Amino acid sequence: MRTVEAVEAAKAMETDVWDSVCGSRDLPVERGVAALLGDVQVAIFRTYDGALFAVGNQDPFTGAFVLSRGIVGSRGETPTVASPLHKQVFDLRTGRCLDSDGVVIPTYPVRERDGYVEVHVGTEAGRASR
Amino acid sequence: MPATRRKHVVVVGNGMVGQRFVETLRQRDTGGRFSITVVGEEPRRAYDRVALSSYFDGVSAAELDLVAAGTYDSPHATLHLDESVAAIDRAASTVTTSRGRTLDYDVLVLATGSYPFVPPVPGRDLDGCFVYRTLDDLDAIRAAAAAAAEHTRGRRAGLVVGGGLLGLEAARALRLLGMSPHVVELAPRLMPLQVDEPGGAVLRRLIERLGVTVHTATSVAAVEPSGGRLLATLANGTELDLDVVVFSAGIRPRDQLARECGLAVGPRGGVAVDARCRTTDESIYAIGECAVVDGHVYGLVAPGYDMASVVAEQLLGRDATFTGADLSTKLKLLGVDVASFGDALAATAGALEVRVENAVENTYAKIVVSDDASTLLGGILVGDASRYAALRPLVGRRLPADPVAMIAPTGGVDLDAGALPREAQICSCNDVSKGAILDSIVEHGLTDVAGIKACTRAGTTCGSCVALLKPLLAEAGVEVGTGLCEHFDVTRAELFEIARSQRIGTFTELVQRHGRGRGCDTCKPAVASILASLGHGYVLDGEQAALQDTNDHFLANLQKNGTYSVVPRVPGGEITPEKLIVIGEVARDFGLYVKITGGQRVDLFGARVEQLPLIWRRLVDAGMESGHAYGKAMRTVKSCVGSTWCRYGVQDSAGLAIDLELRYRGIRGPHKIKAGVSGCARECAEAQGKDIGVIATDAGWNLYVGGNGGARPRHADLFLTSVDTRTLVRAIDRFIMFYVRTADRLQRTSTWVESLSADGQDGLAYLRGVLVDDSLGICAELDAAMESHVAHYSDEWADTLADPERLRRFVSFVNAPEVPDPSIQWAPERGQIKPLIAGPTLEVVS
Repeated sequence: MRTVEAVEAAKAMETDVWDSVCGSRDLPVERGVAALLGDVQVAIFRTYDGALFAVGNQDPFTGAFVLSRGIVGSRGETPTVASPLHKQVFDLRTGRCLDSDGVVIPTYPVRERDGYVEVHVGTEAGRASR
Repeated sequence: MPATRRKHVVVVGNGMVGQRFVETLRQRDTGGRFSITVVGEEPRRAYDRVALSSYFDGVSAAELDLVAAGTYDSPHATLHLDESVAAIDRAASTVTTSRGRTLDYDVLVLATGSYPFVPPVPGRDLDGCFVYRTLDDLDAIRAAAAAAAEHTRGRRAGLVVGGGLLGLEAARALRLLGMSPHVVELAPRLMPLQVDEPGGAVLRRLIERLGVTVHTATSVAAVEPSGGRLLATLANGTELDLDVVVFSAGIRPRDQLARECGLAVGPRGGVAVDARCRTTDESIYAIGECAVVDGHVYGLVAPGYDMASVVAEQLLGRDATFTGADLSTKLKLLGVDVASFGDALAATAGALEVRVENAVENTYAKIVVSDDASTLLGGILVGDASRYAALRPLVGRRLPADPVAMIAPTGGVDLDAGALPREAQICSCNDVSKGAILDSIVEHGLTDVAGIKACTRAGTTCGSCVALLKPLLAEAGVEVGTGLCEHFDVTRAELFEIARSQRIGTFTELVQRHGRGRGCDTCKPAVASILASLGHGYVLDGEQAALQDTNDHFLANLQKNGTYSVVPRVPGGEITPEKLIVIGEVARDFGLYVKITGGQRVDLFGARVEQLPLIWRRLVDAGMESGHAYGKAMRTVKSCVGSTWCRYGVQDSAGLAIDLELRYRGIRGPHKIKAGVSGCARECAEAQGKDIGVIATDAGWNLYVGGNGGARPRHADLFLTSVDTRTLVRAIDRFIMFYVRTADRLQRTSTWVESLSADGQDGLAYLRGVLVDDSLGICAELDAAMESHVAHYSDEWADTLADPERLRRFVSFVNAPEVPDPSIQWAPERGQIKPLIAGPTLEVVS
């Protein structure tokens, strides 16, 4: 685990507000799901290698909450999702848009425990997603 | 934290340029050397004034907002709105505001913009007279228009004073408010600064066709009240009964603050600045429309942005100068293309003009060349500005071709970036030269247009230069692959052959054996389409589900607010009253917006994902099935009513259309496929505009192929003449299957047929060879593929409803399946719903 992720995960565990969003089998490979956590919408994905990612569900280019319905793939080594509206591609790890400099969507810690997918939407992240 | 105190920058004005300055400085000030305070007079923060008229076109104030998220979240950037600067005390380096606040500054940036010039017309202050500058102005105009609707019977009318760029924008705004606009322009033509006399005449015809009445070479003599409305009298004696008058006759720089504190101003107003945008006080700068540089006030936003960047650079200790602006413009005014670039009005001594005017199509093109006809100086395009991207970078360069050929509507030369020297500017929005792009291709090993955009920012603003970028890859020695994308080096057609001959049935196997990575939004749907064509079953089972675009995934069409539209199949456009009633009841019960499509069906908009199965349950129970409007698939076979009813019909076109639509329904291809059948030569079904068109003759059917509507209209080519139904159907079978196998991704049949030409033989002749004479020996295969499709067709929606596993995806939220997405909101419009959109939320980080 990279340092940043480790720190993020440690922070998340301290505050201990992981939300269980679905059973593991509800999250297919390379097809996202949307979850509603308070008033935050999160898009959760499982890539082909089994890794989990969670990002904000809102497409920043249009304002519509649709990113969970994008096509999951890769660009180089980067795991990606493409907005289903106008196809801008986002790095699932960092939330950065690979087609438009400086555009970034929120990311959230996500993990799998005892057959459930859990997301951590802290106050920081909650604010970032607005 | 920096050891030294942050310098305090005070920005007067929060318009587009002032805001751009703040964002530019914040992004580039990586050392944290500055804190910024902005004082803005309007109650709203910076918004897109260029797109102001769209406010009447459903765009909200929030959507026009220009401020990048987070700009003022920092303690080092503060924005005071609804507050103006009252005075500048240069000796004390302070400003005082209308709220009595005193701000110390190290650097003061004036970005006060301009005010509209209102000619001294008697009556200009009457109720109903407005200027066109701010959102408040627009709210006032809208209120007046609404009030007028109460007492004015018939169509309301508005007058715009000024026929320049802004005036025509204002005319658009009035039109959007449902008024009949008049435009009065003092000059003999519209847009006198950008367009010449003949161009202005074409522009006038195009604008008048849109219901705008144009009065040129005259002015408004007086406006007076008249029976609750306004009466305007023009200098030429014309009298106009009006509800509103909008003055949009130019701008004047707002320089009063500068005058009052003793800064130099230009002879005709404007804060005088040098090329570094510095006023006569070296700690005060002026940018945008309030500044006068070298005698010029620039009323466009792009030069203002340049000035903002110049000042930010100076503050960061780097030298930068404003060297005058490229006033080239390309815009759509009321939907009419107008472009003007370089020395458009041929002011250069000895300049020669080459003009091509087409009074039938209402297009006008002119280029201005040097006296020896060697160098391009400028030009004007009206009605069709598609050549702007190629022509503008050539300004100041040697002409690459005969000047007439460069603007000839057809048969002319194709201009591309190859003709340009290295220093030519390709992207004017972001100031990127051809040389910079070529260098960056080599340096970063770029292989595609997306890479160029990401690396150089070329093509990322207005997009008009994107067409020039691909040829630059080739020029830089990059082999522009015909591969689908970074994951496959082969074309769609080659991939089809690989999957077919090697019997590969999954994306994973295909990409692992013949590609790399995990795919993308280009190759995955293409592979999904190929697998569907090869008969690998229901499009949403197993791994195939992850390949589909969201439309195919939810078997419905995604709309801009994240909801979907639903289109049941109506073969040939024939429908029973009972089915029509069910469609109406479903729309009513689910609150859907209803629109009749061009393909003779009914489109139901606004369905949330979790509603789709409920909607389709009722449609399927009533005997309807998927219309595949969501797929790259066979869409409709449009028809006229034919010989059964029509006095002129010679064959049963409706019957044939229904048979064809039922035969080909569900076929997936490289792109959508549309067809039409007309019962006589009057062609009411518009079959020649379709991929497959059939027109009845006394002796049978004529078959046309490769037609297209949409953005690149093309009439279909006659393929077979007066054949019987059996021959006709076999030819269409083969045409479709050959297309499905060999076309590129997203290639319609029109370009596909053209692409088949080779060795002097045209595409149609080649196609006849393959499909009629079986020159490739594949007709039996094509026929068998179609028979298999017809035999195995089943309705995707009925299949989905019958399978609980397939229904699992139709939930709003995986953890709250019944909760409707709270972001989906509606507003009423003409008795139906329309989406309310949150708008972009771009979070820009440095």
